[in-house]
Amino acid sequence: MTALAANAGPSRWWRSRTVRRFTSHHLALLGVTMITLLTLACVFGPHLLPYDSLYIDLRARFAPPLTGDHYLGTDPLGRDVAARLFMAGRTSLLVAFFAMLLSTMIGTLVGVIAGYRGGWIGAALMRTVDGFLSFPSIFLLLALAAALKPSPAMVTVIVAVTSWMEVARIVEAEVRSLREREFVLAGRMLGLSGAHIMFREILPNAMGPIIVAATLTVAHAILLEAYISFLGYGIQPPLPSWGNMLEGAQQYLDSAPWLAIIPGAAITIAVTSFNFIGDGLRDALDVRDDRV
Amino acid sequence: MRGFLLNRLSQSLILLLIVSVIGFLVLNLLPGGPLAQFGLDPSMTQDDLERLKEQLGLNRPLLIQYFDWAWRLLQGDWGHSFRDGAPVLAVIGRHVPATLLLMGTSTAIAIAIGTWIGIRGATHRYSLFDYMATVGAMVALSIPTFWFGLVGIYIFSLQLGWLPAGNMYTIGDGSVLNYLHHLIMPSIVLSLVHVAIWSRYMRSATLDAIGQDFVKTARAKGLSERRVIMKHVVGNALLPMITLAGVQLPSILTGALVTETVFTWPGMGRLFLDSLGYSDYPVVMGLLMFSAILVILGNLIADIAVAIVDPRIRLG
Repeated sequence: MTALAANAGPSRWWRSRTVRRFTSHHLALLGVTMITLLTLACVFGPHLLPYDSLYIDLRARFAPPLTGDHYLGTDPLGRDVAARLFMAGRTSLLVAFFAMLLSTMIGTLVGVIAGYRGGWIGAALMRTVDGFLSFPSIFLLLALAAALKPSPAMVTVIVAVTSWMEVARIVEAEVRSLREREFVLAGRMLGLSGAHIMFREILPNAMGPIIVAATLTVAHAILLEAYISFLGYGIQPPLPSWGNMLEGAQQYLDSAPWLAIIPGAAITIAVTSFNFIGDGLRDALDVRDDRV
Repeated sequence: MRGFLLNRLSQSLILLLIVSVIGFLVLNLLPGGPLAQFGLDPSMTQDDLERLKEQLGLNRPLLIQYFDWAWRLLQGDWGHSFRDGAPVLAVIGRHVPATLLLMGTSTAIAIAIGTWIGIRGATHRYSLFDYMATVGAMVALSIPTFWFGLVGIYIFSLQLGWLPAGNMYTIGDGSVLNYLHHLIMPSIVLSLVHVAIWSRYMRSATLDAIGQDFVKTARAKGLSERRVIMKHVVGNALLPMITLAGVQLPSILTGALVTETVFTWPGMGRLFLDSLGYSDYPVVMGLLMFSAILVILGNLIADIAVAIVDPRIRLG
């Protein structure tokens, strides 16, 4: 956090300690590389492949990978798995990204207010965090998904609603420790408003842990979306997502195992990459490791 | 100890209150609210629904409704299943043992393997083993549980034919061995993520303990390194693990739901999904509240257990 501030000079930021530490973290670099490749594939892949992700061809059902131009085979409706995989990646990655943004905003807001105000407001907010954490996330997610129409935007919202608590906890602890520092006192003596001190003075100093938590939240959100879509309550077909591609895969496990293996591998690669990047950022930004 | 108990108990009660408010809000979010089950019935007219609302007091202010609902929850009146009219608590009760069996077995596996990996990683810090364990844990945390289950079924059931692909037992064969045979794969699948978590925590707890003064004292006394590690280091490192077991409960329940779905295991998670499919909201709500209460209770028990073992917490 302080490292980030101190190194954020106008020039040569790429030679700062933070960047050097991150680039010497091999796993983090691997994660960045894999996510870049995966994103590029999802953006450009569908345009380069000969088949559309929604094109049904019943003569080509259950083609195993590497059949003709079907590089990753076809599904029970004869749709090209590769095309679907990349289109699904767009959905899954976008949902996860926006869920991260939303949950980080909720978590940061709750954490900053709870940490700065303290007292009964802080206690009430943090007990609410504990309350949300008491529900197994999938139970809450599924109940909400069943209650509300699961459009991609709604899936994003409910994933965010069930995953902001970690960020809130981290930010609250960070703000509580920063609250008594001299620059905050100085701000108070200058007569700055509470909101100004909270969001303009304290928050920038708590960015390190927030960035790390946000990165790990992307990983978490990809998994949550995959879980509820796999169970049939997330992203609805025909729009493909990595999770709903796996929905019917179990019944064809014997005859068409690639239907299960390929999307699951994509999820694992994406989630692992974000976890690696988060780990690298934690080292680079000097964030204390409570989660281990 | 008494002060600690009272303090901790009141915290749990407050948490229970908050959890019930969240649960109540979700109940009112469900389509049709608490009357959802009747709204789907074609023989119910709008007038009937209005009358029912009146009779059940659903047109009263939300706050009053909440207290009414919470009071009935406390009395054990959790409503009746839409599917067969059985009391919700009885329906849930029938599915709890299967889930507890699955969770218990997989937690035992996770603790045994995770603890071993963690201690070995800490005592052989920065070795190849430690590095592999660190990277392995991060990958294990990234694998979707259901996918791991599917890959397991593909390899061990469909290709090798060693393990059954699902269910808790073969119909007509009630032997313990048969149960165990069915238990192996789901419990290993469910334990993967927790092996990773336990090994990471155990590694750092062991490293913490190694740096303590009493370990230096033990070494200075001339105890063998093995004895120092096993008795002084591991003994102290295991303490926070009790708390961790409580903290991990929600994630184990989440994993159990997914694992039960893949392996058609007749537990609470499977019941939850089936009930959602039938729009059986009383059972859905019941399970939501039941799982949260289970988590709060688990954490309470874990904290009390730590306090009993550790005088620093009990007295401090």
